[in-house]
Amino acid sequence: MSKLIWRRLALGVLTLWLISLIVFAAVLALPGDAATAILGKEATPDRVAALRDQLNLNDSVVSQYLQWIGGVVTGSFGESAATQQPVSELLSERVGNSLFLVLIASLVAIPLSIALGVWLAMKRDRPADHIGSTVSLVLAALPEFVIGIGLVLLFATSVFQWFPAVSLLAPGERAWEAPKYVVLPAATLVLAVTPYISRIMRGSMIEVLESEYVTMARLKGLSERTVIWRHAVPNAIVPAIQVAALQLAWMAGGVVVVEFVFSYPGIGPALVEGVANHDMPVVQTVVMLAAAVYVLMNLVADLATILVTPKLRTAAR
Amino acid sequence: MSNPAIDSSVDVGLEAAVERVTGAAALQRRPWLGILRNALRLGRTQIGVAIVALLLAIALFGPLVAPHSPTEFVAVPNTGPSSDALFGADALGRDVLSRFLHGGLSVLWMAASATLIGVIAGVGIGLVAAYSRGWVDDVLMRASDVVLAFPQIILALLAVSAIGSKLWLIVLVVAVGHIPRVARVMRGAAQEVVERDFVKAAEAVGEKRSRIVFGELLPNVTSPLLVELGLRMTYSIGLVAAVSFLGFGLQPPSSDWGLMINENRLSITVQPWAVLLPVLAIGLLTVGTNLITDGIARAAIGIDRRAER
Repeated sequence: MSKLIWRRLALGVLTLWLISLIVFAAVLALPGDAATAILGKEATPDRVAALRDQLNLNDSVVSQYLQWIGGVVTGSFGESAATQQPVSELLSERVGNSLFLVLIASLVAIPLSIALGVWLAMKRDRPADHIGSTVSLVLAALPEFVIGIGLVLLFATSVFQWFPAVSLLAPGERAWEAPKYVVLPAATLVLAVTPYISRIMRGSMIEVLESEYVTMARLKGLSERTVIWRHAVPNAIVPAIQVAALQLAWMAGGVVVVEFVFSYPGIGPALVEGVANHDMPVVQTVVMLAAAVYVLMNLVADLATILVTPKLRTAAR
Repeated sequence: MSNPAIDSSVDVGLEAAVERVTGAAALQRRPWLGILRNALRLGRTQIGVAIVALLLAIALFGPLVAPHSPTEFVAVPNTGPSSDALFGADALGRDVLSRFLHGGLSVLWMAASATLIGVIAGVGIGLVAAYSRGWVDDVLMRASDVVLAFPQIILALLAVSAIGSKLWLIVLVVAVGHIPRVARVMRGAAQEVVERDFVKAAEAVGEKRSRIVFGELLPNVTSPLLVELGLRMTYSIGLVAAVSFLGFGLQPPSSDWGLMINENRLSITVQPWAVLLPVLAIGLLTVGTNLITDGIARAAIGIDRRAER
């Protein structure tokens, strides 16, 4: 592999390591004694001592960090301070449900927004384009929980009652076994990311449509469909792919709020509950996970750019 | 935003001399005024200003016209609209309208403070990085990458989990999340300016670094600065409201739009008003600030809204 790509990968690992320092430092920032902060003032000294032991609080800070990061790397995230359950056990199903939600949302959002961008570019400056740009301006502004609650009000309560307002899965039931619970949360994420991707696709497409080779293709007498999908789209799609990756990265945080709106059994409600209980092992694990996904998607965006930009691709060799 | 570095300059003689040499930056003394004036001619900006003004008025004067106290129990929980409670009672039996009218100010001041802190620090860091280049630039940008690796809402939740739900902390952590994002944009914009002749001229005259950065660079990057200000305000409102909605902002029995949604979301089927009003207000507010931002971006030609958040 090329030097540029290796450099980018190394930078990603370095970033992850610095993130782990910050996430670890959150425990040190707990006011007063971390164990007391987690358990509350009414905790018995025995419980505090047990938790101190469990969190390795009696060791030096460096050794605490090494023990924690060693666990993270080997997939053992400690035990929840609230329920005493291993964090990995507590989160495994939830991580699966969240990934499923994000997967469904991106499988819908990416093709949809790219097609929408192409279509708006072809209707440039016509009413459809103006409506499209206004709608995307509004959607891009709205916080994801506002979109989510808007969908609940519209499709689960007052107007139509097509979908459940909350995604309460039966214990042990997985998200993919109950698709009706996934529709509204996924739709929320789709609406939140689509304006960003389609906007870039539209802009990039307009630029390509004005290029000489598209005019050339048209003059050759190729059908409009061939001109658009064979010649224009492949050249216009690069920035859209990059933005799509960045939007997937954004979902690592957005999913938390959206899941909370619908009480969807993913990492979101777990993180919110963990924050409320000062359950640091759970919080740290979810935050590390979200940050790792975020770094990974940013890496994908960069690599995609390197691989599809001829100048960088040559430089990378 | 006015430009203290230029306005408060003591040495008028020197400034005149530099003006003769450099010209370019000094010619457009208040470029931001021109951009705002052009933006206000656009219909979308006017609509945005009207929306924001309306919600600002509700937040500021709402408490004066509220028919009830926000903590007074006026009816059976979750009852629908009546002559006494225009939008019904919330999940605890308090007047929805009164709580709504009392609940806007917190979101606004927190979002505005976070935006100001984040943008000012971000502009400072971005310009210094662009001007310094070399290792200063490298260190500042690597540090940005680390903060950038956290989705902003996750960063806020991490801070709250460790320190507790304090309002100043939420403002600060939202601001910290903005800093690298603003810094990146401003650095990119300033990198071109750094290469221009009037910067070299100012250096040749022996201008101080701080005066070059804030007197020469800053006035030439006002367009992206204004766009960032609007963009970050939109996201600040969303983030502050989201933290509140998750239950980590203002605590009961305070009245706050985000908290109101949290308190009443489980009874949304029986009493939608208690959720609808604050959701509508937050949504309108962000749409309003985004319309203004879009107007500014269009007025300052050549700048398009970015695709990141």
